[in-house]
Amino acid sequence: MRHLFQNPVLRWLMRNPIWGFVLIVFIFFSLSSDHFFDARNFQNILVQTSTIGLIALGMTLVMINGNIDLSVGATLALAAAFAVDVQSWAMFATWGNWQILPAVCLALLVGIAMGAINGFIVWKTGVDAFIVTLGAMLGIRGLVFVYTGEQSFYAMNFAYSDFSAFSVGPLPVLALIFLLCVLAVHWLLSRTVHGRNTYAVGGNREAAVNAGIRVGPHMMINFMIIGFLAALSGVLLSTQMGAATPNLGRDYELWVITAVVLGGTKLTGGKGDIIGTLGGVLAIGILRNGMNLMQVPAFYVYVILGSILIAVLFLDKRFNTSTDGGLRL
Amino acid sequence: MSDAQQPALRLQGIVKTFPGVRALDGVDFEVMPGEVHALLGENGAGKSTLMKVLAGMYQPDDGKIIIAGRPVRMTTPIEAKAEGVVLIHQELSLVPEMSAAENIYLGELPRRSFGRVDWKTLEERSNTILKRLKCSFRSEVTVANLSIANQQMVEIARALTVDARVVVFDEPTASLTDAEKVVLFDIINDLKAQGVGIVYISHRMDEIFTLSDRITVLRDGAYRGTLTTAHTNEDEVTRLMIGRSLDLSRDEAAPTFGKTMLEVRNMGCPGLYKDISFSVREGEVVGFYGLVGAGRTEIAETLFGLRKPASGEIRVDGEPVEIASPRDAIALGISLVPENRKEQGLVLQMNCRDNMTLPQVQDLTAGPFVSQGAELAIFDQYRDRLAIKTPSWKQPVGVLSGGNQQKIVIGKWLSMQPRVLIVDEPTRGIDVGSKSEIHQLLRELAGQGYAVIVISSEMPEVLRVSDRIVAMYHGRIMREFGIHEVTEDSLVQAISGIRVDEPA
Repeated sequence: MRHLFQNPVLRWLMRNPIWGFVLIVFIFFSLSSDHFFDARNFQNILVQTSTIGLIALGMTLVMINGNIDLSVGATLALAAAFAVDVQSWAMFATWGNWQILPAVCLALLVGIAMGAINGFIVWKTGVDAFIVTLGAMLGIRGLVFVYTGEQSFYAMNFAYSDFSAFSVGPLPVLALIFLLCVLAVHWLLSRTVHGRNTYAVGGNREAAVNAGIRVGPHMMINFMIIGFLAALSGVLLSTQMGAATPNLGRDYELWVITAVVLGGTKLTGGKGDIIGTLGGVLAIGILRNGMNLMQVPAFYVYVILGSILIAVLFLDKRFNTSTDGGLRL
Repeated sequence: MSDAQQPALRLQGIVKTFPGVRALDGVDFEVMPGEVHALLGENGAGKSTLMKVLAGMYQPDDGKIIIAGRPVRMTTPIEAKAEGVVLIHQELSLVPEMSAAENIYLGELPRRSFGRVDWKTLEERSNTILKRLKCSFRSEVTVANLSIANQQMVEIARALTVDARVVVFDEPTASLTDAEKVVLFDIINDLKAQGVGIVYISHRMDEIFTLSDRITVLRDGAYRGTLTTAHTNEDEVTRLMIGRSLDLSRDEAAPTFGKTMLEVRNMGCPGLYKDISFSVREGEVVGFYGLVGAGRTEIAETLFGLRKPASGEIRVDGEPVEIASPRDAIALGISLVPENRKEQGLVLQMNCRDNMTLPQVQDLTAGPFVSQGAELAIFDQYRDRLAIKTPSWKQPVGVLSGGNQQKIVIGKWLSMQPRVLIVDEPTRGIDVGSKSEIHQLLRELAGQGYAVIVISSEMPEVLRVSDRIVAMYHGRIMREFGIHEVTEDSLVQAISGIRVDEPA
């Protein structure tokens, strides 16, 4: 038993139990479904994962900071609505396919702005991010309904709705964008001063203040990053559907938080990484895809995911508590 | 040194008010280069506020900060550090999940292009600093895996990242062992020799008298005077600090002991302690003395049902008992006043009365409701008995002084009618005046027939309160002393693991 733990692969899996789980479900579905182990299906999984995955990247930053953002689903819907609607504004009518550019830029800016508002309120008022973004979640969703008049917008420019069908080599373009963002955020978190400060602020906020880190602006930047990623996710989702519905992104915050927590990020902050988060979103993606292929009704996925969430956190507690010396609670 | 006549740092008439409080009232203070200047005062005297002004965390409402002859304004800790003023915090100000190196350079990590961290420089520099501090660990280790003492060393290492003009040590020895203290004092003398001005804040008189050149005393936010260490004594300093002399004498009336209340035989728990045997009688105070990590707290936690011993036997009142939970312990009449009152002993936001009745609130009911009257009766009784100073029971305990907070915790457990009272580090972070009150109180409680176990890392404390002293080293009991046979030397030997053959 002992020499097993010396094995670097196993040791790595102990620290990232979610990847062990990804491996298990991957093998399970490969054996039990004829359609699962197939390059086209893998592309599918990546595309399906990219929506939640993009937001999860930002959520990892925000949660390591010791905050949370519940407004991402609503931000996604608002950005999608802008992206689809602005293209058809009269002022861009003569722009041809270029009309997509201002639309997407504006949508992304809206996402950044929503994040900035969240971050600014958290910074200046000191109100818990949970409450602030809960308010933002309701407020922004309301804005979406006001803006769309409860109607869905349809993309009139076919170049927009064809975008998601592109591939670069074997990778669908949506999956490619997602993977690039994974690399970028991973680099940001593990290699830059901003990334290290993210851990410091979440790990011990007072220590960060004492060390002269400007905690407020720092948190605001992370909220702007998640706002941007949620908006990007909304734009990409609307290209897939060729439309933006006012109810887009409902419950996404829950899926995202589940994925991030599955990936080992602590709700209290200070701990977590992008590798874990990637494992978390892939676990959810593979499960949903595999169970869909096996024609399991969708609501069972919820039951199973809920159980797995608790099981993974339980195992994590088992394996990774050495510090308290087994004090009984 | 050319600027030896000019103070490294001078504070002139510093005033800082908070809504309703004048925290600092025209405080003057100066440190010469190459001088250790001790800053003394009871808790709440304004030391911390003054230090926060120095570190750029607070802006003074009035007064001047002059560094090396130049008036300065500092608005962030980074600016203060750039001016050469470094503050070493009393409460560890570290990020547990990050490496020692990252903590040392927290807030000013060396950068390369695009805001990337320059890991190589970071590690080289922090390893050099750790070597200078004679630390045995490398800078890559995660801080959470270090002992408290080593974490303190990381905190100190931060002061050495810049060419400091003034280093402020705020209670740096609170969690250091004696060996580590020696290293710290070496570092302080080292810095001093380099012409750095040192501000040293501590409650421990012995340290202040060995280290400092001058002593400045604050009381109630006001400047009380500066003394030259060589020409003063503890009594004078204490009088300046609390406005009266301290009664340090022991109550020498021979105590009377009753029957054996608690007995532990060959108790062991792998990795924490082994072969633990001792007993406590009614009316007796047994002091557990040893270094941090000697296993004293763990024994207390075992007796309180928080840990499960692997072997051995616990007898209460002569009966072998099984203590599986704090509930069992309380039922057997064992109470534990934990080491860290703020984290383990009190709910800081709750008021005094509710904190005191916390463990028995389910029994204080009138019908389905909590009985206000019964709660208040308990609070009033113990407030009078322990002389707790609070304006009213409605006061949140967080705003009380350390001594009064500790009394609330003690009162809480006394109200549970215990027979054995275990007190872990009862006076940590409490000022001298309240300290002696707590000591007095522990003696009185023993006099009333309680069996008391006091765990302490401070020798004067164990010597003052105990009837018997158990010396521990590395999870073992090295020796047991009666209070009349103990000497400081033999005690130090015992807790350092040096075995002396007991006289036959």
